Amino acid sequence: MSTFEADSATDSHGAHGHDHDHPKFLAHHFETPEQQYDSGKLGTWVFLVTEVLFFSGMFCAYAIFRMLRPEVFEGCSQFLNTKLGAINTGVLLFSSLTMAWAVRCAQTEEYRKLTAMLASTLSCAMIFLGVKAIEYSHKWEMGLLPAGMFSYDPAHPHHADSPNYLVWICLPFALALVGVVVWLISAALQGNKFQVACLKPLTVVAFSFFIGVGLGTFLESGDSGETHATTHHESGEHALELASTSSLLGREDRGATEFGVIERLAGDATNSGLKNELEALEAQAEIASGSAILNDSADSDATIQKAPRDFLTPSRAGVFFSIYYCMTGIHAIHILAGIGVLVWLLVRSVRQDFNRQYFGPVDYVGLYWHLVDLIWIYLFPLLYLIR
Amino acid sequence: MSAHDHAADAHSVSGDHHEQDGWDFAHPMPVPMLLAVFIALVILTVITVAQASFDFGSYDVAIVMGIATVKAILVGLFFMHLLYDKLFNLAVFLSAFVFVGLFVILTVSDSRLTSKDFIPVDDAVVVSPTE
Repeated sequence: MSTFEADSATDSHGAHGHDHDHPKFLAHHFETPEQQYDSGKLGTWVFLVTEVLFFSGMFCAYAIFRMLRPEVFEGCSQFLNTKLGAINTGVLLFSSLTMAWAVRCAQTEEYRKLTAMLASTLSCAMIFLGVKAIEYSHKWEMGLLPAGMFSYDPAHPHHADSPNYLVWICLPFALALVGVVVWLISAALQGNKFQVACLKPLTVVAFSFFIGVGLGTFLESGDSGETHATTHHESGEHALELASTSSLLGREDRGATEFGVIERLAGDATNSGLKNELEALEAQAEIASGSAILNDSADSDATIQKAPRDFLTPSRAGVFFSIYYCMTGIHAIHILAGIGVLVWLLVRSVRQDFNRQYFGPVDYVGLYWHLVDLIWIYLFPLLYLIR
Repeated sequence: MSAHDHAADAHSVSGDHHEQDGWDFAHPMPVPMLLAVFIALVILTVITVAQASFDFGSYDVAIVMGIATVKAILVGLFFMHLLYDKLFNLAVFLSAFVFVGLFVILTVSDSRLTSKDFIPVDDAVVVSPTE
């Protein structure tokens, strides 16, 4: 859209016909509502292209690390609750439906329905975030954090002294709910009908976050939580074998030779030759003491117990969770941005700004919202559904 | 741009009963179509979750990505109106995926050629093999 074209468009109307030809919603540099709509739409598509390219960087990081360490992804994916991911996929798909329906309502000028559809979309977005809050807080409590902060201990999966992350995540949303309710009451007392009409659906929207939290808590406590618990238990037993160098050094009943090996190993933990020496010495000691029968599974390398050892290390699992938090976190930020623009649309919908010649804003926000949904459609199987 | 706009005006989608071109262009999607697309998406989601409990070996990623792509196409064509949109918008959107493809393929193959595993290992944990 060049300025030259815009100028010629306004000039063609002349001085007198300008107001008549141009309704309020039609910007003066556009000739027809369709021209205005089309240029806005092209701009939106270009924006969506930048969004796709932006997310592709993270998908690329995912592809590289999964190619290098498939077993880390397979193992760490077990910590993601498929049920919560699936329910969130459903919620997001439903919000896409209501969003597409909202575009239709704007085109057919059904104002009450348009407000209802936008409010449903917003509520679904809030439910999505509520479920996400459960997922995030659950992982943070277990120390399943990005590389550098990863502190998951299979023996003690739930850190007792960790702050209640869920409360902190819920706090801004609770404040928002209280704020909306207070505003609604004061608007009702003042008799401001427009504000009341806007704030009624927004109260439902703000409350929906806690529906999501409740839904997440309910599903998290379901049977998939049990399988998690068994995984923890298994790896917890195994973690007892993951003794640190310092605790090895603390053992007093070891022979002097073995102590020397451990000491050298402490100096260079990557020396596999020393590890083997230690292994041999310990095996000897066990056979001598008669306890070797209990540990015969140690002979074979490919047992299932061997698996958690490989992926549950801070640097390996940390990279998975870095990617997980980066991708889902930026996706959640997009949801928050979507909530922002949808609230704007809701207010304008109550004001009855849209009609069959001017529904562009609803359509553009809809396109953005569907793109956010599209990204989740790929994120869900890639992160949650790895065996 | 302007030539494109005029071409679009010429075959305006729903020229029902308006005297002027470019004033009646809304194309509301029928509600049954929207509902059908939603149900199809939910069914595909159920299939994705269900297939995760079967082992397809190395086809796994391909199957998962295939289902996700079908879902993405459904969302794109119907919810995002691409089926009724101008071809130019579709071309703009698809061009993004051309560049995503180039970017990911080149980066992944480069990474495959040059480095085996560059995740820095900083685990100060010594694995004692037996207990």
